[in-house]
Amino acid sequence: MKNEINGEEIKGKLIAVEGLDGSGKSTQVHLLYKWLLGNGYKVFFTEWNSSDLVKEATKKGKKRQLLTPTTFSLIHATDFTDRYERQILPMLKAGYIVLCDRYIFTSYARDQVRGCDPDWLRNIYRHVILPDIVFYFQLPLEVSLSRILDGRPALKYFEAGMDMNLSPDPYMSFRLFQGRVKEQYELMVEEFHFTVLQAELLILQQQEKMKEVVKSKINLSLYRKGVQ
Amino acid sequence: MNQKLFFGAPPPNVDPARLCGKLIVIEGLDSSGRTTQVSLLSDWLEEQGNAVIQTGLKRSELVSESLEQAKKGNVLSPRTVSLFYATDFYDQLENRIIPSLKAGFVVIADRYIYTLMARDILRGADPEWLKILYSRAIIPDAVFFLNVDCNSLLDRTLQSRGKLDYWESGMDIGYAREWYDSFMIYQQNMRVEFRKLHKEFHFNVINANRSQRTIHNELKKKIELMLEK
Repeated sequence: MKNEINGEEIKGKLIAVEGLDGSGKSTQVHLLYKWLLGNGYKVFFTEWNSSDLVKEATKKGKKRQLLTPTTFSLIHATDFTDRYERQILPMLKAGYIVLCDRYIFTSYARDQVRGCDPDWLRNIYRHVILPDIVFYFQLPLEVSLSRILDGRPALKYFEAGMDMNLSPDPYMSFRLFQGRVKEQYELMVEEFHFTVLQAELLILQQQEKMKEVVKSKINLSLYRKGVQ
Repeated sequence: MNQKLFFGAPPPNVDPARLCGKLIVIEGLDSSGRTTQVSLLSDWLEEQGNAVIQTGLKRSELVSESLEQAKKGNVLSPRTVSLFYATDFYDQLENRIIPSLKAGFVVIADRYIYTLMARDILRGADPEWLKILYSRAIIPDAVFFLNVDCNSLLDRTLQSRGKLDYWESGMDIGYAREWYDSFMIYQQNMRVEFRKLHKEFHFNVINANRSQRTIHNELKKKIELMLEK
């Protein structure tokens, strides 16, 4: 994996977590962030779909169900690129460990399920640096489904993949959609060297495992605050 | 059978076979008289009994507001702006242009992917990246490029608005400290980019240094021929 851009060495390290809704990735990356922060490391955390400027348009598009597969993909790419250029890349150049709750692989998986052409998708993100570690939370589909669906929550239209007309029932639609997204994730494991976490461990154990991987792949002593 | 072609594959869920209308694009630099010509054409086509719909840039329901805000603040990176405009473009393509073509309308686009590409290229975007980004767009039935020389553009801009626009002067690129200098360099560079695009995409170049009427008549003639086909 490249750790330079246009010949410029990138000092920082990039860690991403990916997986289905309900796979536990957000909990784990939050804990990892707290651990790194608490131990005095230079660390920055950012999550999918959170850029201030694009948020409003995204919200509007989702609420009014205006989005097509193409604009769904592009509006998330706009959001990502805003965060990438304003935060992720500068942080990496400044020597931070950057943690991302979802990265470009979320778009590759979801948008491909919605019918976007894979080459077109990859072109959009082709300037983007690949993470040093991608943790992929590989739960059995039923487990992540039940974590989300057991409370019978009000599922959002796009979240449930309702735009794809898989089923008129949002819960069934969600199941089918998530199943297809999972398939796409599995296809990327090898290509993008995902570190697979078979995620039925207890939260504490899972976290220990992540820390081990991080320690083995990143020389953390270089990222202490005050170290240049 | 009037099957529309796309630069690459069509977007998901779009059937090119059902697009029986016509897509006419009017391109040109700022103040080249595009908007006037679009409205003249639109009136004329409707008089002839054609259903007409107009589109342009930054008019999507989805992002036009946010985009306008972002432009005011000048806080987005060029690549973010590219993608924002691409979202706006595809929103209009899929929610406005394609449904209208399906219904047999004549769609007149006041600028299309070419302006978007030229602007982004001047701001450092990779032309190949842009081409793939916009490869889901429909190839128009005709692209008319209104060609005006730089000095006339300057005159027209100053006469109609009394001032230069930040973006139309390319001030964000930093060519020059003076707005006037920056405007001239920017518009000249846009012309160069459009010339390259013309070679690749075969615009129908219209000499737009002439009167509105003369230009309109020439466009009418060309469009009449096209519609007869």
